[in-house]
Amino acid sequence: MQLKKQPTSIRAALAAATCTLLAQPLVAAAQGSSTDEDDWDVQSGLLFYDETDRIQVIEPVITASKTLENGDLLTLRGVIDTITGASPNGATPTDTAQTFTSPSGDIDTTAAGETPMRSTQDMRRAFDAEWEMELSRMVRNTLSGSISNEEDFLSLSIADTVKLDLNKRHTTLAAGFAMTMDTISVEGGTPIELELLSAPAPVSTDDDGMHKNSVELLLGVTQIIDRKTLTQLNYSVSHSSGYLTDPYKFLSVIEPVTGNTLDYRYEKRPDSRTSHILNWRLNHQFNEDVIYLGYRYFMDDWGINAHTADIKYRSELGNGRYLQPHLRFYQQTAADFFRHSLVEGDPLPTHASSDLRLGEMTGRTIGVKFGMPLAGGDFTVRIEQMVQEGESSPADAIGIQQNYDLYPTLTANIIQFGYRFLF
Amino acid sequence: MKIERYLKAPLCALLLLTLGGCGLNEVKPWDRDLLAQEKMQLIVDPVENYLDEHTYFSKEAAFGGQGIGGGGCGCN
Repeated sequence: MQLKKQPTSIRAALAAATCTLLAQPLVAAAQGSSTDEDDWDVQSGLLFYDETDRIQVIEPVITASKTLENGDLLTLRGVIDTITGASPNGATPTDTAQTFTSPSGDIDTTAAGETPMRSTQDMRRAFDAEWEMELSRMVRNTLSGSISNEEDFLSLSIADTVKLDLNKRHTTLAAGFAMTMDTISVEGGTPIELELLSAPAPVSTDDDGMHKNSVELLLGVTQIIDRKTLTQLNYSVSHSSGYLTDPYKFLSVIEPVTGNTLDYRYEKRPDSRTSHILNWRLNHQFNEDVIYLGYRYFMDDWGINAHTADIKYRSELGNGRYLQPHLRFYQQTAADFFRHSLVEGDPLPTHASSDLRLGEMTGRTIGVKFGMPLAGGDFTVRIEQMVQEGESSPADAIGIQQNYDLYPTLTANIIQFGYRFLF
Repeated sequence: MKIERYLKAPLCALLLLTLGGCGLNEVKPWDRDLLAQEKMQLIVDPVENYLDEHTYFSKEAAFGGQGIGGGGCGCN
């Protein structure tokens, strides 16, 4: 869709300035007359994500779009993601210090009474390309491909979405299909699921990495309701199969009465997961201000049901400046196989994970974004805080576990800068 | 796994919304100036949207819904 107002082309301005300096007025005039279709629409962003006492992420993103001569739209995106810090490894706190050795030989030590953490440091590089073309007057097709690489992870993905305009372009139907292939290569070998860490050989070194494949299907409808209101409803189904376990998570094996930790076992998740997602959005413009509403329902065959509600209100301040408060609420039920620990002597479950992200949890995000024109482009900055809370004293806590917080509250501060310009 | 059972409700909702669209107020092409504004797009800021999707994907069990593709991540 055409933008009403495009930022000034920096490339055109630079070209004009350069050519003027070189005293070539004819060329300068030719360059200066370049239309927006000749320009790259560049959108850049820099994210600082900081969890209190845990993970820090610095993530620059750059996206560039160009309308080709035949009207097709090409979009390229590059991302670098630097992660440092520590995240919970799944074991529960105890009265004594705990030491964990990873398959690659790295050692993490946790003080008595503290939530055990795994130190991590990684860099992710991702590149996406998207090509949108018009198949006929009412039908558009978008083909995209992605590659994402980390020290221990490689992901390849392709997707295609067809959109059909109906009802004098008041309604757009969308159908999409995507495939993703992931490979996880743990340094030192892949942990054997549910094996004790104290076992003589808790990891397997005879594989070339573990694989996970996913397919997604999307059906959607976008509807113009009136001159100021637009809504969209998407239904998508996703199926993943293969190695879905997190190789870096353990469960404590505890004594059945005292709750003291005796050993640890690697976690094990089912080897398939089917998810259904219903996503609704609505944009409504008042005089100048815009309200954005969103709701998502998620359910999967792991027993997770989740609701997400999102609201943003863009308040225009004049001269292109705006302020946009944001609220987001999230709630999920636990996966069927989620448990805080394993009890010594009990039969081993088929699947088990103490990953807090699979536990019952609520989340909320509150933030504000400010936008303004700057140097021929559009500048934005947003500051947000995300909080996640779960049951600190769950019913399955045994003995000394009852003295500790088994779901420590997670607080993350987010600052993101954005700048959009034509080049 | 009864996929049909799960599919029925969302498909009916999509169909109703689509058919319902025929009866809504017609917005002539020359009245679409507001809808064409950048701030009225369903994804106003693709970079912010991408970063948020990545952040919440790595911190929550639920994911997706807005679109498909984009690749995986070792963060979850």
